[in-house]
Amino acid sequence: MQGFGRVVPDADDAHFHETWEPMAFALTLAMGATGSWNLDQGRFARESLPPAQYLASTYYRIWFEALVRLMLERGQVTEAELADGLMREPPRPLTRVLGADAVAEVLARGAPTERHPLAPARFAVGDAVMARQINPATHTRLPRYVRGRQGTIVSLHGTHVYPDTHARGEGESPCWLYTVRFDAHELWGADTTASSVFVDCWEPYLDPLASARAHSPTSAGPR
Amino acid sequence: MTTPAEPHRNTLSDMELRVLALEKLLIDKGYVDAKALDLLIDTYEHRVGPRNGAKVVARAWVDADYRARLSADATAAIAEFGYTGRQGEHMVALFNEPGVHHLVVCTLCSCYPWPVLGLPPAWYKSAPYRSRAVIDPRGVLSDFGLELSAQTELRVFDSTAELRYLVIPTRPAGTDGWTVEQLADLVTRDSMIGTGLPLSPDAAPATPTARSAA
Repeated sequence: MQGFGRVVPDADDAHFHETWEPMAFALTLAMGATGSWNLDQGRFARESLPPAQYLASTYYRIWFEALVRLMLERGQVTEAELADGLMREPPRPLTRVLGADAVAEVLARGAPTERHPLAPARFAVGDAVMARQINPATHTRLPRYVRGRQGTIVSLHGTHVYPDTHARGEGESPCWLYTVRFDAHELWGADTTASSVFVDCWEPYLDPLASARAHSPTSAGPR
Repeated sequence: MTTPAEPHRNTLSDMELRVLALEKLLIDKGYVDAKALDLLIDTYEHRVGPRNGAKVVARAWVDADYRARLSADATAAIAEFGYTGRQGEHMVALFNEPGVHHLVVCTLCSCYPWPVLGLPPAWYKSAPYRSRAVIDPRGVLSDFGLELSAQTELRVFDSTAELRYLVIPTRPAGTDGWTVEQLADLVTRDSMIGTGLPLSPDAAPATPTARSAA
């Protein structure tokens, strides 16, 4: 989408702009740490807010609505309980709870997504590729503006958890991750002030182009 | 706030009430720990912020070996400072050079390198920035009062995966012999995203490092 107007830099350096935002932030992280859902499912929940609501909401309002939705889906809370904060149903079992003494370590460790490669990389630096024209109903990290566009592999980053399947609860299925350079004119025509746009693409997002590297005689043509 | 007060309906907003209710509910259910909530808030309000990234940049400016390590494996090089973890597990440094300027965005949500920059500013997460950065980065930079020469190559990085990007701006002229602490004072948050440049020596704060890490 376009036409949102100027970027308005923040008036100050405050991280939070409403009194409730710090707690909405903390509750989201703390519940995320229970393993009830993965990061990709969390992102999908945010994206799945109705567009008009999404665009009209402040950032942490989106977080809060998504958190509520994720918990309702799992029966961890009920609508009646949310209305006044009074527990009516016994708690659902959790894999783990984030204790205070674990916070620093959990934050410092993070959640790396790189996994041991299960297969060789299909593409190499310099390869010409085309981002696939896909339109999944569920989560993907292939932006619409590169679908069907030609780019060049500029770097490989090992294999990483694949969000498209992970967000459906279908497992990590790690895939090779590439940074792909797209010439800005390829994406936007003449109406751009960018020189190039670099997008991180998992292997299933890409097809090889017929004009692959000259010294790779076994390169497959586009499927 | 870990002990929610009884809400006064004539003073609390709808969202304040809803968040208070959720907090009480999740603590009572045993899903979240009240002290952990406090620590999470404290960490990102006070302990993690762009001062971290400024130190990385300043070190790269003075130490060619460090710069090489930052280029080869940014995650490891940044970890030398103890800046690791959540939303910074896979770091990549983008080096500005004369004629090449980088801009980082997450068009799909708000992905941002928390361990080195803290939490993103509201503008970074906004629809205008997310949509325009990849189309009209010059226009976006104009909104920040930054004009680059027409010959400058503008490379925009869309953080679609878990790789997190830190722009390493070029070192300002007139800083020969400066210490890393003095240099870090010139490195603004915006210069590490790409919507700004580092401060020039005459614009440096008079009392450096007075700010907290945030």
